[in-house]
Amino acid sequence: MIRTEGLTKRFRSVSAVSGLDLDVRAHDIYGFLGANGSGKTTTVRMLLGLVLATSGSIEVLGHQMPKAASTVLPRVGALVEGPAFYGHLSGQANLAIFDACGPAGSRRTRSARIHEMLDTVGLSEVGRRPVKAYSLGMRQRLGLAAALMRAPELLILDEPTNGLDPQGIHEIRRLLLELNRLGTTIFLSSHLLAEVEQLCTRVGVIDRGRLVVQDSLANLQAPTGRTMLSTPEVATAMAILNGRVVSSDGPRLIVQGADPAELNALLVGHGVRVDELGPERRSLEQVVLELTAARSDNTERP
Amino acid sequence: MIGVELSKLFRRPRTWLTLVLLDALPTVVAILLATTHLGPRPGQGPAFLSAVLTNGSLFAVAALAIVLPLFLPIAVAVVAGESVAGEAQSGTLRYLLIRPIGRTKLLVAKLISVFAFVMAAVVLVAGTGFVVGRLLLGHQPLSAAVSSVSGSQLTPAQIAFRTLLAVGYVGVSMLGVAAMALFLSTLTDSAQSATLGALAFLIGSSLLLTLDAATSLQPYLPTRYWLSFVDLFRDPMLLRNVERGIGLQAVYVAILLGAAWANFVTKDIKS
Repeated sequence: MIRTEGLTKRFRSVSAVSGLDLDVRAHDIYGFLGANGSGKTTTVRMLLGLVLATSGSIEVLGHQMPKAASTVLPRVGALVEGPAFYGHLSGQANLAIFDACGPAGSRRTRSARIHEMLDTVGLSEVGRRPVKAYSLGMRQRLGLAAALMRAPELLILDEPTNGLDPQGIHEIRRLLLELNRLGTTIFLSSHLLAEVEQLCTRVGVIDRGRLVVQDSLANLQAPTGRTMLSTPEVATAMAILNGRVVSSDGPRLIVQGADPAELNALLVGHGVRVDELGPERRSLEQVVLELTAARSDNTERP
Repeated sequence: MIGVELSKLFRRPRTWLTLVLLDALPTVVAILLATTHLGPRPGQGPAFLSAVLTNGSLFAVAALAIVLPLFLPIAVAVVAGESVAGEAQSGTLRYLLIRPIGRTKLLVAKLISVFAFVMAAVVLVAGTGFVVGRLLLGHQPLSAAVSSVSGSQLTPAQIAFRTLLAVGYVGVSMLGVAAMALFLSTLTDSAQSATLGALAFLIGSSLLLTLDAATSLQPYLPTRYWLSFVDLFRDPMLLRNVERGIGLQAVYVAILLGAAWANFVTKDIKS
């Protein structure tokens, strides 16, 4: 759905994005992770033809961007760096303006579609109020409604849960999962690891303009071949497992070997009580921190 | 798209406030003239102001002459300067472009809506001037002949026709400012900067017009032929300067819009 090759953007001498090879497949919920200022938004803007790439190619929905913008963009819904509206007009009027711009917004069905969208994002009660009276969360929902107006095949969302309360985040997550189930591919750019971890099937991590990893979430969080163990009798357990303990942190031990059952039998056989036992999995946070830390070590060395 | 731009422009409370303010100045002048009967002596003060005391119909043109030097260009620069930079400032520009609207198309729609505003402003000022003049000033019957600037008599039909020409000419005169503000509007993300830039361009031009040392530049200054609409009320009409004025505005519009287009279609939208 999205494929970039060697995508590079330089602003004067500063390179914001360099040599990016993205690969977003159909029906993915792709999490595009990066710290603030890592080049996420520049990438999103290049995908949408707002910022023109210095070099490299972009293919969205099988067409070259930005050359085929007029055929590609009507099939894409997007939220770029926060929503934006005409503050003096109502939510409904704003959606009508955006729908009337560009192709594919049929006038006959417009008001019905607007009401349906406002209902979907939970704004039907305030649709007539001017947007300047909306809270940040309400604007975010309205932005999402505008992105969804034409039932897009691909959703490109930049920080979609920004400014929402936990309840709102939960609702939006449910909505996105439902859309994805119905066949919408979602490209979600975020700096929130937890959000990506809960929602996404594939993850790309960008660090200072370069893609450091791109893989499925399951692969990134695959078992590490070690076992995590928690016991109230740490000293005894360490003695029994002599040499196999990789690290210890209070009652928690990381032990070599990928077979928790074998470990359990061994410990219980020696009369050591076990609270918790299981294969060690790395959190997305650990993966990301390791990858970005490795890069900064490399770049700092001469 | 053009319909959307027009509805956006005329649904803004500020657009209407600007139009009301534009009409307020000539109305105040008319009230002052009507209560004091102290018209400027012929040849002094804004054009036609001495004549309106005898014939109120001429106040339509007088009203144009009152707002032309400053009020009208400010209003035009505000609207045109806002057109692209205002959308960038509020962030709506990126959402319009990804609907998608082609950048050229958006620029053309903006241009047309600015032009519509200019014409609405000029027609409204002239219309208000006519009504206020008839109500408050010189109660000669509508059918009475009017003295032209050259001293001969013009029939009411001639006056009406020439007033329409003057409305059109003043509208065209504003296009250079509009194009300048639109160009600056594509350069910056701040509507205020674009507006002030266009006004600086205008003030610079007006200043050079008063300077003898700048005589060689004067035929090319955008405000040089603004007041030439007075020539339309000579007998016979003196069209030389009016034609030059239209030609000059056309050149400014072509160059500035070309620059605006070249800049906008290749610009990185980072707002």
